[in-house]
Amino acid sequence: MSEQARAWAAAAAVPDPEVPCVTVAELGILRWVEMRGAVAVAGVSPTYSGCPATAFIEMAIEAALCQAGFEARIERVLSPAWTTDWISDEGREKLRAYGIAPPEGPAGKAALFSAPEVSCPRCGSRDTAQISAFGSTACKAQYQCRACAEPFDYFKCI
Amino acid sequence: MALWEAVLELADDHLVLGHRVSEWCGHAPMLEEDLAMPNMALDLIGTARTLYDHAGALEGAGRDENRLAYFRDERAYVNCLLVERPNGDFAQTMLRQLYFAAFMEPYWRQALHSSDAVIAGVAGKAVKEMAYHIRHAGEWVIRLGDGTEESARRMQSAVRALHGYTGELFEAGADAGGVLPDRAALRGDWDRVIGEVFAEAGLRQPDGVPMQSGGRRGLHGEGLGHLLAEMQSLARAHPGAVW
Repeated sequence: MSEQARAWAAAAAVPDPEVPCVTVAELGILRWVEMRGAVAVAGVSPTYSGCPATAFIEMAIEAALCQAGFEARIERVLSPAWTTDWISDEGREKLRAYGIAPPEGPAGKAALFSAPEVSCPRCGSRDTAQISAFGSTACKAQYQCRACAEPFDYFKCI
Repeated sequence: MALWEAVLELADDHLVLGHRVSEWCGHAPMLEEDLAMPNMALDLIGTARTLYDHAGALEGAGRDENRLAYFRDERAYVNCLLVERPNGDFAQTMLRQLYFAAFMEPYWRQALHSSDAVIAGVAGKAVKEMAYHIRHAGEWVIRLGDGTEESARRMQSAVRALHGYTGELFEAGADAGGVLPDRAALRGDWDRVIGEVFAEAGLRQPDGVPMQSGGRRGLHGEGLGHLLAEMQSLARAHPGAVW
């Protein structure tokens, strides 16, 4: 395994602190890892402008790289902006299994005044309603399933 | 006047409004709004942080985000007057958010194509967040404007209280040399969104209201000093304090 591949594997395995069922790679916020001389540099994108977990995630990735024996540095990548389109299919399945409905459809298509239709992660019913446009973290909204009554988090599509 | 000052204006707008919105934390009329307010505040403050760092780097005098946010006095703040207006009641807060977001959403949409990579990067995030703020605040303006007699009265009185502060959004501030969008050109987009929401809410835009101005020159209302006193006191009492 090349040094670059080893560094990627170490960084990619870091779980998201607020949604620990998925890794930073599956969420798409770990953009790349490259070797610059002996230093492993990881490019990381924030999910939301004010996501309080951003600094923590950067620290966790740096720590993982250090633990794998690298001298590490993090670069914050703002452009192009992170989008939920980059969450891998595997990541979406893991979110659903964890009880969080993954984002529906491609980003940027939301109408100005309508909440998206979301499937219940528990029973799969489309008969769900938005309780709150904002949730426990910046990236989530709150929904409830009318079929099975389960309240659940929806990973907002941005 | 230079680009860094124009970026500073943007940063100040976002920090001051972010702080205002955060004042609702723990005081919102319902749990869902208690979640919404800090979330919206975080979007604004997060955007401000990147803009401050960028303004500081462009200025080249060694000022970082903390220096710019916590160690400038009222007269050195160049935010527009709308964002510093007191929260008032919930109607007034939601209308202020709608007025601001309906301006910033098309602003960031233009800024996606900025020749400045940091601005374009910030825009990529912020344009989506502002669309979300328009939706959230817009729904409340409609719900309250088209609600009970009491809520409609309060919404219309919020319009009276804030409308005179909207003109400044479209005024050119520091000369950004074409790197940032032309504010005056965004009038049509703003009018369209506000018009749509007001029509559904049954609200009237008042005629002949004189427009207030001066924020970009450091001339502020009484409220900003109080806001800064609260926001800056810790950093000034304990210089160098970090989280």
